[in-house]
Amino acid sequence: MSQPAPVSARGLVKTYGDIVAVDHVDLAVDAGDVFGYLGPNGAGKTTSLRMLLGLIRPTAGRVELFGRDPLVDGARALDGVAGFVEEPRFYPYMTGRRNMRLLADYDEPRSRSRIEGLLDLVELRDRGDDRVGGYSHGMRQRLGIAASLLREPRLLLLDEPTTGLDPAGMRDMRRLVQRLAGEGITVLLSSHLLAEVEELCNRVAIIRKGRIVYQGSLTELKQAGGQVWRLQATDVDRARAILAARGAGDVAAVDGEVRFSADEDAVAALTVALGQAGIGITRLTADVATLEELFLELTETEDLEEQAPGKVAA
Amino acid sequence: MSAVAGAGVRPAAARRPFGYGVGATLSVLKWELRKLVWQKRTYLGFGAAVLVPLAFVIALAFKSGSPNEVALGRYIRESGLATPFVVLEFLSIWGLPLITALVAGDIVAAESHNGTLKSILTRSRERGQIFAAKVLATITYTATVLLGMAAVALVAASIEWGFKPLTSLSGTQVSAMHGLGLLAATLGVYLLPLLGIAAFGLFLSTVTRNSAAAVVATLMYALLMQLLGALPGTEIIRPYLLGEQFMAWHGFLRVPIDWKPIVRDFWVCALYISIPLFAAYLVFLRRDVAD
Repeated sequence: MSQPAPVSARGLVKTYGDIVAVDHVDLAVDAGDVFGYLGPNGAGKTTSLRMLLGLIRPTAGRVELFGRDPLVDGARALDGVAGFVEEPRFYPYMTGRRNMRLLADYDEPRSRSRIEGLLDLVELRDRGDDRVGGYSHGMRQRLGIAASLLREPRLLLLDEPTTGLDPAGMRDMRRLVQRLAGEGITVLLSSHLLAEVEELCNRVAIIRKGRIVYQGSLTELKQAGGQVWRLQATDVDRARAILAARGAGDVAAVDGEVRFSADEDAVAALTVALGQAGIGITRLTADVATLEELFLELTETEDLEEQAPGKVAA
Repeated sequence: MSAVAGAGVRPAAARRPFGYGVGATLSVLKWELRKLVWQKRTYLGFGAAVLVPLAFVIALAFKSGSPNEVALGRYIRESGLATPFVVLEFLSIWGLPLITALVAGDIVAAESHNGTLKSILTRSRERGQIFAAKVLATITYTATVLLGMAAVALVAASIEWGFKPLTSLSGTQVSAMHGLGLLAATLGVYLLPLLGIAAFGLFLSTVTRNSAAAVVATLMYALLMQLLGALPGTEIIRPYLLGEQFMAWHGFLRVPIDWKPIVRDFWVCALYISIPLFAAYLVFLRRDVAD
């Protein structure tokens, strides 16, 4: 029997009065994924994560972490799961080390012996005896990671872990996430930063106004954006006719060059055909839609379903 | 971040069975008590509870007259044993209810406000265990405050007026040691209505998520109970009001002991404690933690 998926959420809905914060969200995170949960601020990422961790009750739908539902199995459903939503919070009147001891005692099995190593990992060992109330945002963020790792998680849920960090802090945090992923921990990371997700994640879900508008691999997302090519040749008009006759899509002459869409294999065949017809190719570039454009298109376009139905995940 | 060796970040494939039950709850309780010890507001309440009897004894030591309007007040200079009873009666109106509310109204709401509730609810302890620990910590605090107040009152007053036989409410003399036993029994039955207030405070703390509102509203609740008892025409319900139970100990100071108010104290307070506590428990188990 295969292992249950680290995260499986189906039909998650959360409403607050008339406001639908999360609208029928399905999420599937597989073991070993570094899964990016991407969306603008206020799109429903944090609310989704709260439901995954059992902090809030879904209005409808169901969550399973490694096959266990937090609403049914309680804290047991978080066995092997760690993370934080919004930002990690600690008792400000206690030292960092004491906060870690407290949380270790709330774990099963208790994990006090790991505290020093983890404080070292996040470079807080020297500040461990200072009160958390005096910590900077970045220090609390790092302590949050250390507190999560106390649980020896197989699944780590991180809500915008780099938000509010300086560039060096962001870099360190991303390196840490990469390192943890390299050690086999499945990571679900929410972010409103596309570059971050592109750097870290193999799969993404994009959420907009509470609804998932894309879920899948980043590579597929780029392809879904359509591969458009620009061709400059010795005879643009003939080239256009040949491309159209050979089945290239959306062929058009614009500004003295030919634009068309085709996959890579087809492009290879087309260039050979052009050559055989005696047309010299002076320039051929792939005009791949950038993720940024796709992201903006997915998250900002009104009436999204009408404009790009192919990108809307079921 | 440095590339420090493993720190055990490997995923744990197999896990030991969960440590549920009493041991786990006690470990949470230990931390709940530590949180109280490390917070200033705890000392605000406890400090007030021990300073009031001290100030009371000092004031009476420098002036003549006695607080004759309260039970045992007229005997206050006869024996140091009378003072704890008199202070209990004085503080029952709003002093001890406020000191109780200070912690009971805060113990859940503060964690909502600080966002630490989500930190501890995403570990391995059940919500029920955390709630139970908070209830036990509140009881411990309330009992400690009461004990501290009585101890300071007894010691300070005994230094001033001596540890001597006490005149009971029936006018008979009881030995000092017997009086001490009666004081212990009194503290026991006096704790119950205080816990009734604490239970209501815990309920508000869970529901409002606002520490200040919960503390103030709990005090208002205690005052309302006193007020209801003082209004004309409330004679029928008066024995069943929470404020009235603060007088149940008078039964111990009669010869022979009048058990009627004491028995009533037990069952009436059981209701005042269990109903808000159960409601708070249900809310705590189900509530959204989105702070």
